[in-house]
Amino acid sequence: MSTASLISVQEVSKTFGNFQALNTVSLEICQGERVVVCGPSGSGKSTLIRCINQLEHHETGKILIDGVEVKDGLKNQRQTLSRLGMVFQQFNLFPHLSVLDNLTLGPQRARKMEKAEAEALAMSYLERVDIPEQAGKFPRQLSGGQQQRVAIARSLCMEPDIMLFDEPTSALDPEMINEVLDVMVELAGSGMTMICVTHEMGFARKVADKMVFMDHGEIVESARPEKFFSNPDSSRCQDFLQKILRH
Amino acid sequence: MTRLLAITGFILFLSGCSGNWGWYVVNPTTKNGLSNLGFLLDGLYYTVLISLCAILISVVIGLLIALPGLSSKRRFRGINRTYVELVRAVPILVLILWVYYGLPQLAGISISVFWAGVLALALSDSAFEAEIFRAGIQSIDKGQYEAAHSISLNYTDTMRYVILPQAIRRILPALGNQLVYMLKMSSLVSIIGLQELTRRANELVVTEYRPLEIYTILVLEYLFLILIVSAGVRWLEKRMQTDVRH
Repeated sequence: MSTASLISVQEVSKTFGNFQALNTVSLEICQGERVVVCGPSGSGKSTLIRCINQLEHHETGKILIDGVEVKDGLKNQRQTLSRLGMVFQQFNLFPHLSVLDNLTLGPQRARKMEKAEAEALAMSYLERVDIPEQAGKFPRQLSGGQQQRVAIARSLCMEPDIMLFDEPTSALDPEMINEVLDVMVELAGSGMTMICVTHEMGFARKVADKMVFMDHGEIVESARPEKFFSNPDSSRCQDFLQKILRH
Repeated sequence: MTRLLAITGFILFLSGCSGNWGWYVVNPTTKNGLSNLGFLLDGLYYTVLISLCAILISVVIGLLIALPGLSSKRRFRGINRTYVELVRAVPILVLILWVYYGLPQLAGISISVFWAGVLALALSDSAFEAEIFRAGIQSIDKGQYEAAHSISLNYTDTMRYVILPQAIRRILPALGNQLVYMLKMSSLVSIIGLQELTRRANELVVTEYRPLEIYTILVLEYLFLILIVSAGVRWLEKRMQTDVRH
């Protein structure tokens, strides 16, 4: 089938009770591609990336990661899913562990690394997100922006091939958004495959290879950013962009 | 320290009351009184030992019973519900009698008074522990499971390193309550003849016939143990809070 795509979403549907969260959504993402997904709340954008890493289970359709299907109930998925990293809106750091322990837990338990090796890895990623001096602190002692950077570093410690971002700056105070976006821009520059659900259009213009607009569980528009921002095909997308870009 | 002083003062106050008190029965300056007092205090050994063994076992059983209760599969939740409802419905005293007199006949084994007591107390308490653990684990934010999933932790590691350490901090006061409860309920094991505090007090009352003084000592013995447990739990809570605050 589509062997060129790193992630292949094929006619995926998902309902929550009576609510159709995803309605036959299809999307192909290549190695190194950076996709920004936007749309009004409840449009299914979070559900889409949560289905990709199986935090939610889709009911119909197929999701392939590098040609391997992921689906609820299939055996030996951990290996495939471990290629995906995820950053959450609410950070979801482990509050009872220090920053360093937050970072080394995955490498030590899931990747069976030695403690010293895991700590060296963790420190290198803390340096990359520019907060090595916070290694000994607990999450609650950090600002929101710092916590989110720790969360990004925690994901990177698993050395994923694909990073998923679920509104990573939506819970942050305005003055902290840029420090997180800077890290994401740097990551994009390193060639990481990324899917970002975000309304940060400045960021999107800067890094996106593909813009996706979702509404009512469907992909309404999918285009390169130049076309997406200047001349989108659908009126719903035009409306949406007008609303969020007005000021 | 102030507590100890208060208790000592209370004893002195009681001994000062005239008329009905006959503290000679446990007066440590007389030979008979000293041996009586020693006899009563020796019961501390079994009371503490049986309570600790029972609470340890009941925490383990409770956790094992709590986990299926959190499952999304109905069958697993059914196991949890059935166990909790059945065990919770049996009075502890009845369970002690059943385990000591009934179980050996049923299973064709012999069981010592001590282990019959431990087993009965642990089983009875485990249903409550299961409910405490279930509530504690359910209070942990869903995002913690999702974060653990996103760094490829399996179920066991997620529970061991992410969920349980946080849950245990939250249920510590309730676990402390259960330990206090266990210390008190261990007095029921006196009925099958274990030489713990209550049994010894009962026996001494029969020979000395001074129930007021002997049972007052018994009350103070339990009070002493339970105040130690309360202080210990409070210390542990404080220590654990220093590294996490939600």
